[in-house]
Amino acid sequence: MTETLIAHPGARLPEPGPLPNRLQLTDDGQLRHMLTIEGLNRELLTEILDTAESFANMNEKAVKKVPLLRGKTIVNLFFEASTRTRTTFELAAKRLSADVLNVNINTSSAVKGESLLDTLRNIEAMNVDMFVVRHEESGTAHFIARHVAPGISVLNAGDGRHAHPTQALLDMFTIRRHKGDFTKLKVAIVGDILHSRVARSQIHALNILQTGEVRVVAPCSLLPANVDQLGVHVYNDLDAGLKDVDVIIMLRLQRERMEHAHLPSEHEYYQLFGLTSRRLQLAHPTCLVMHPGPANRGVEIESAVADGPHSVILEQVTYGISVRMAVMSMVMGAHQA
Amino acid sequence: MSVLIENARILDPVDGYDTIGSLCVQGSEILARGQAPDGFEPRRRIDASGLWLIPGLIDLAARLREPGQEHKATVASETLAAASGGITSLVVPPDTEPPIDSPAEVELINRRARQACGVRVYVLGALTHQLEGQQLAEMAALMNAGARGVSNANKPLASLLVLRRALEYATTFGLTIVLSAQDPALTGSGCMHEGAVSTRLGLAGIPEAAETAALGAILALVEQTGARVHVARLSTRRGAEMIAKARAEGLPVSADVAAHQLFLTEVDVAEYDPNCHVIPPLRVQRDRDGLRAAVARGEISAICSDHQPHEPDSKLGPFAGTEPGISALETLLPLTLRLVEDGLLSLHDALARVTTGPAEILGFAQGRLTPGARADFVLWDPATMQEVHREDWLSAGHNTPFFNWTFSGQVRETWVAGRPVWTRPSEDTA
Repeated sequence: MTETLIAHPGARLPEPGPLPNRLQLTDDGQLRHMLTIEGLNRELLTEILDTAESFANMNEKAVKKVPLLRGKTIVNLFFEASTRTRTTFELAAKRLSADVLNVNINTSSAVKGESLLDTLRNIEAMNVDMFVVRHEESGTAHFIARHVAPGISVLNAGDGRHAHPTQALLDMFTIRRHKGDFTKLKVAIVGDILHSRVARSQIHALNILQTGEVRVVAPCSLLPANVDQLGVHVYNDLDAGLKDVDVIIMLRLQRERMEHAHLPSEHEYYQLFGLTSRRLQLAHPTCLVMHPGPANRGVEIESAVADGPHSVILEQVTYGISVRMAVMSMVMGAHQA
Repeated sequence: MSVLIENARILDPVDGYDTIGSLCVQGSEILARGQAPDGFEPRRRIDASGLWLIPGLIDLAARLREPGQEHKATVASETLAAASGGITSLVVPPDTEPPIDSPAEVELINRRARQACGVRVYVLGALTHQLEGQQLAEMAALMNAGARGVSNANKPLASLLVLRRALEYATTFGLTIVLSAQDPALTGSGCMHEGAVSTRLGLAGIPEAAETAALGAILALVEQTGARVHVARLSTRRGAEMIAKARAEGLPVSADVAAHQLFLTEVDVAEYDPNCHVIPPLRVQRDRDGLRAAVARGEISAICSDHQPHEPDSKLGPFAGTEPGISALETLLPLTLRLVEDGLLSLHDALARVTTGPAEILGFAQGRLTPGARADFVLWDPATMQEVHREDWLSAGHNTPFFNWTFSGQVRETWVAGRPVWTRPSEDTA
């Protein structure tokens, strides 16, 4: 199938190649955009994690700044509320010496007037170098990457239910720091898989890194169709799903899941799928507990677990900066190469 | 005027006719098929050596966007596109703006059609007032104004009770009711087939049951009321099987499928290609093959374009927010004939699905080449390869996933009522 979208004048056309990488990789396999984890290879993921490692060491020092992106302008284009992701992207950009512009757009008002493409064109006209985009509709980062002027990179900071690649990368970074080799690990992702872009990106990343076993644990009403085809073992029982796992990733449960009849109540969900101290004992004794945040205490996770010795939830936030610095510096490098 | 078209391979699906010979046209009708009667003195002779002469196509679903959405397309632009694609009769669903729910809209569209290139334009009247699904539309008035049937297009009905009453009322006048089988709640905000690809892309899916559950309800009410129902745009193998079973049991139901459903699947959505955003959605290969088999067996007796032209902005955005639909008039005949190349069905059966099949569903006299029939026909050049290009495209809507597809053969001329309404520019045929 050929590209039939009306391209930006002078915009590069995606090269033929395996989906979905003809957009996000250059001819020689470097990152041009970061849209999705899907389809990246193990070498590239490892390179990102290694680069993040060097930034992590720097981030622990007194002077936390390098001039890698000096003179570059990075725009945080957020159509959906976010605190953690936006601020860590902002800090990452600043530690790379880039100028940062935060644009928060309330989608309801954006829908009425300006189209997404108009917004993009206007900001593009200010000679920016990178867009960090979050949007409630799946595929938005792909759409923007197709239409930006050559030389501008697009980083996906979350699109609908589709992908949140830097979140998955920081999760992999956290796991690698604690566990090293992925091939012997059992990882369980628990909760609302159906609506989760985080889970989709994590599943791709874990599989690319050849994780021993990737499990998803959820009631059938929160599992997407054919989820097994993503390369996971499906569990509907939390106790069974946690048995001997090395990493537990809990997902946030949105309140509206009750309104749309996915679940009867938070109470019953917590009874069946909440991570409690008792259940944690079913996992491997050195198990990590992770959560992309913000956590609903008493809905998907017990406070004692979220704050307990197994929890690396705050480390995830810290590493998010290093990982985003790595991705930003790599995509800019690909453009300059 | 009398015309003699000579040396054409005349293909008439109505009786399996396949002979190289002449077609005699007298005025707006066909006088003779095969050989000219003694004493026939044509004013004009056309040598159609090497060409096929087939009945003009009847398309059961084509949005012309008039009235109300002239920024997308017009009756004039789309009827010309239809003619270039070999379509000589087309049926407009009632979801214009405003909807076709009174004689005024029927008359407006008829007037626009008379000012256009000559392709026959028919309308379906609204089943409910403003297509709102609550109160019945004035079906008798619509019928008297020329509506060929009634439909609620893709708009939902408030309840099965409204559907039951609508079927009963339409049956009073012998009207055919055209229904799409889509349960609105199960469809929800879905924008593609619910399956592996929607899961991968994170798009809200439309499950197979959105079609089969709605179809089950429709068939139950057909059995209850005896109404004559045509189910529009099947998308699932299971749905096709349900129709086949109902027909075998003698229920007065028929069904059609959009041509793109016979060639594309969810996989073609690839990386959010908005040109593959259609409702009902592209499904899986199993469904595509099941629909093809049902077409081959005649259980699905019509293939339509489900033409929905859009202006570029409608398709410019993240996938779910783009408007669904394909601009499809110009690919209906090439895709239908591709089924013959694929070995799915005979040439006559393929032609029947776009001529006699749809004619039977809505009671049209055309769609055949027998003496006395309307002189609506197409001269098809089977020897010239045709690559579909934006530059040659006549529809105002450029939203098609079929650009750059190559087809064997192309339309040379299209005639309606004994006169040519479209002729391929000569530089193309050189």
